[in-house]
Amino acid sequence: MAQHYSSFDRGGRRWLFQRLTAVFLIGVLAFHFMLLHFVNHAADITFLGTQARMSQVSYFATMWLFLVTATFHGVNGVYNALVNQGLTGSQKNAVKYMLGIAGLLLVVQGTRVSLAMTTLV
Amino acid sequence: MSQSYNRGTVEDFGRWREFTAGMWAWIFHKFTGWVLVGYLFTHIAVLSTSVGVDPASAQAGTDLYTSTLSGLESLLIVRFLEVGLLAVAVFHILNGIRLLMVDLGVGLESQDKSFYASLVLTGAIVVASVPTFLGGKLL
Repeated sequence: MAQHYSSFDRGGRRWLFQRLTAVFLIGVLAFHFMLLHFVNHAADITFLGTQARMSQVSYFATMWLFLVTATFHGVNGVYNALVNQGLTGSQKNAVKYMLGIAGLLLVVQGTRVSLAMTTLV
Repeated sequence: MSQSYNRGTVEDFGRWREFTAGMWAWIFHKFTGWVLVGYLFTHIAVLSTSVGVDPASAQAGTDLYTSTLSGLESLLIVRFLEVGLLAVAVFHILNGIRLLMVDLGVGLESQDKSFYASLVLTGAIVVASVPTFLGGKLL
């Protein structure tokens, strides 16, 4: 009954990168949620507290990588799901560029926000 | 050994009535994925209130970032939505690990059981987290 099947498209990088970012996100999302809901309660978060955390280069780098990988994973996930539903041709291209631009804008705005939280620059 | 899989048939929403574990795992994974990507965009929009914070008001705790976050956190509905977000994220993570295993061909014989295990573990983690989310000052 059970046979080895895979949702990896052989040679396809979209699925491979989706899995690679997933592995990174498992750890960093759990860390983010634990730190900002359990260690520091969300209701007690202030700009100065956020600034103190974000001004540590290692924390900033982790959060920025979190932003980039989560954006890729989310936007690529939406794209993959739509392709699997049968999206083809010019609609597929339009969706690809729209999602690409949305992802890029999110990373740009996320970077602006994360820099605004620090004393690094 | 490895062979391509006809996703066209599997990913037919009309099959939800079949109530197979794999089908529900797929539906839940897509649903939680959409919620999480929607939340990501909203989250950055809310955090954008920290652009241009005045240092003096930050010192006094009256800046827009701090007041927006504490204002949101003072609403009971937001606390419940956060519990929902945790549930969605935990399920997506656990089912994602399960998906990776399926992709690698590990434990295919028990892929039904691992789906139910993901659900049970998600439920347990969410229930255990409720006191933390609902505790603390509310309006």
